[in-house]
Amino acid sequence: MRKAVSFILVVIIAIGIGLSLQEVPFGKTKSEVRKYCLEKGIEQTGATNIVTSVVVNYRGFDTLGEVTVLFLAAIGLSAILYREKEGERKNRRRSSLILYTGCKFLFPLILLFGAYIFIHGHLTPGGGFQGGAIVASGFLLVILGSRSWWGFNRSKMKITESLSGLIFVVVGLLGLLYGGHFLLNYLPKGIPNELFSAGIIPIIYIAIGFKVGSEITGIIDDMIRSG
Amino acid sequence: MILEIILVFVMLIAAAAAGIFKDLLNAVIAVGFVSFIAAILFYFLQAPDVAMAEASIGAALTVAIFIIAIKKTKRFEEDEEGS
Repeated sequence: MRKAVSFILVVIIAIGIGLSLQEVPFGKTKSEVRKYCLEKGIEQTGATNIVTSVVVNYRGFDTLGEVTVLFLAAIGLSAILYREKEGERKNRRRSSLILYTGCKFLFPLILLFGAYIFIHGHLTPGGGFQGGAIVASGFLLVILGSRSWWGFNRSKMKITESLSGLIFVVVGLLGLLYGGHFLLNYLPKGIPNELFSAGIIPIIYIAIGFKVGSEITGIIDDMIRSG
Repeated sequence: MILEIILVFVMLIAAAAAGIFKDLLNAVIAVGFVSFIAAILFYFLQAPDVAMAEASIGAALTVAIFIIAIKKTKRFEEDEEGS
């Protein structure tokens, strides 16, 4: 009975959404913002990757909010799962030699790839969030493959996380000081397509990369440590 | 075009399977598969940024976190009583 009622409700909601979205043309937009960003983006921000120029420059305040949400999620998780005493780990099996050697070779390459993605965020696809997630998956590989893993150094990870968050906010506040706008692009734009270009965008994306990487690694670390 | 349609149907099947499986480990892997196909579709739709985020977060890290959570709790879903 309950299942039937909930199924009928779901069908009614689906019909409602379908009817209300029927009028909206799919894949077409009337807004001028897209055209403006595509035409003026490179000239105004110096970043070749338009997505990055939107995420970090035009909508930089939004990105600060996203980073804050992720930070709060990580803090809440570690507040729930934290325990003074270390969980018992008597049943931990040692990884095999093949897995251990493979992880040892792969880990630096994955770190390099993640760092490449967030350093070149203003030139090629990718950026701080993607690069940070790849770095975190490298640390996950260390957890899976290591032979004597007893948890990462928690305080060092929190320091990395907080420092990179602080760099983001301080760079934004300097823009307020110099030009009167939060997150203003006050550094020289340089020549597009070069590594040192686009003003504050690479600095902010490197900070985001460190922050996301240490946060997601901290989440996995907390989950494995908890009992 | 045909490849995209096939991928969408495989994705739908994987999503339905994630709801049906009683073994939660299988369900988590099905969810990861949905994310993986979504990443490929994003790449076809010329959104490589989103594709990278989806592949690294959706297909790798979410699955890992769910597997850790399943290891700490229960692996098999129980039948709900009195529906």
